[in-house]
Amino acid sequence: MRASKFPPMPQRFLLAAVLALAAASPAHAVESAPAAWWVWPVVLFAASFLLGIVAVLAGVGGGVLFVPLIGGFFPFHLDFVRGAGLLLALSGALSAAPALLRDGMANLRLAMPFALVGSITSIAGALLGLALPTSLVQTALGITILLIAVLMWRSKRSVFPQVERGDRLAVALGLRAVFTDPHTGHAAEWRVHRAAGGMLAFAAIGMLAGMFGLGAGWANVPALNLLLGAPLKVSVATSGLMLSIVDTSAAWVYIHRGAVLPMLTVPSIVGVMLGANLGARLLRVTRAEIIRAIVIGLLTAAGLRALLKGTGIWN
Amino acid sequence: MELNRGQPAAGPADPVEQVQKTYADWLEAGARLGLALLVVTFLAYVFDVWEPHVPIEHLPQLWSLPAHEFRAATGGPEGWDWLRLLGRGDYLTYVGVAVLSLASIVCFLRIAPALLARGERLYAAIALAQIAVLVLAASGAITGGH
Repeated sequence: MRASKFPPMPQRFLLAAVLALAAASPAHAVESAPAAWWVWPVVLFAASFLLGIVAVLAGVGGGVLFVPLIGGFFPFHLDFVRGAGLLLALSGALSAAPALLRDGMANLRLAMPFALVGSITSIAGALLGLALPTSLVQTALGITILLIAVLMWRSKRSVFPQVERGDRLAVALGLRAVFTDPHTGHAAEWRVHRAAGGMLAFAAIGMLAGMFGLGAGWANVPALNLLLGAPLKVSVATSGLMLSIVDTSAAWVYIHRGAVLPMLTVPSIVGVMLGANLGARLLRVTRAEIIRAIVIGLLTAAGLRALLKGTGIWN
Repeated sequence: MELNRGQPAAGPADPVEQVQKTYADWLEAGARLGLALLVVTFLAYVFDVWEPHVPIEHLPQLWSLPAHEFRAATGGPEGWDWLRLLGRGDYLTYVGVAVLSLASIVCFLRIAPALLARGERLYAAIALAQIAVLVLAASGAITGGH
């Protein structure tokens, strides 16, 4: 087989994403003449499209990459970037959840109690995020993104955790069901435990989701899978459903405070959703571990950028 | 333990699982409507079908401001005041955003009576509490709107 001197297709997309973000950095804008208004939504759409591909390939939501990268390298204020991040996470979750619910992959019974807690704290997080000084939010965002990179690097996942007995709260909520894998046809009963701990975890996750507009799939999945003990596929699907509820309450804070800029929000949502669609098709031909390593690298770079911007070292 | 699909461990037919499909149908309708409105109104905005509240060419000087300063500089709306600016291209796009953000509330309103009718009092109460939280957020009462 002839060896190509070019990297494989998905890696080329990633390279293009990094180049697009670098080309859009404020440093370039300062050196050259100010760009026409329409340049920004076009570049934003292209960058969001590439982020959408990367996010799906890496199994993360678009928001967690979008907010630090666009907030770090584009001229928009972080308030608008967080508003757009939240709405694109919401749009993606709303689009995916119906099919996952019909397939029985997402579980409404599992989502409802924890989403209720998360939606209350996400309002508090959004209010706090818009009240605090931008530099402080940017610094906290940088630290959070770096911690997410560590979490992605270190975390393990359990395909089907063994839960012998549910705790009292889980039993009272009836958090047990049968999951049939649509691909294998294999059906097995599952139940969850540590429901009270789960409530606390989702309270914290909702707070972070509202404050930074990150979406929260990166935290929902480990909480559902490793803490509560739900099967991995149920956790991934239910996480999307929970996002559609939790992000809704925080989104209203951003809407009411005028932190939704259509020129930023709409190209981002359309770009990420189209990119995610292509990413889903590329999923079969990519090596997950390489994509994962690149995303951890991107998150680290974006986290450091946010941290340096927040502390005033690199504006 | 191997069990057939659609035969939950809790009983012969899980009431919450039964309303799950209803929830999915309504969510799908809301998501499709919201996204379609978002794209159509945005295209109308950038192609200048309706005059925007903030001229598009001024945006690059304004979008680096915090949201509250942007509002002050442009006379932008707070809370539900954007409804008064629906004739303006930029704020017309808020209709799509609002539909997306109302979709989950409508879904819970739809399933709460169904849960109650099936004897799932605890989950009906959770659905009502969720409606209360989302309506409170949407109203602007605690979220900084009017």
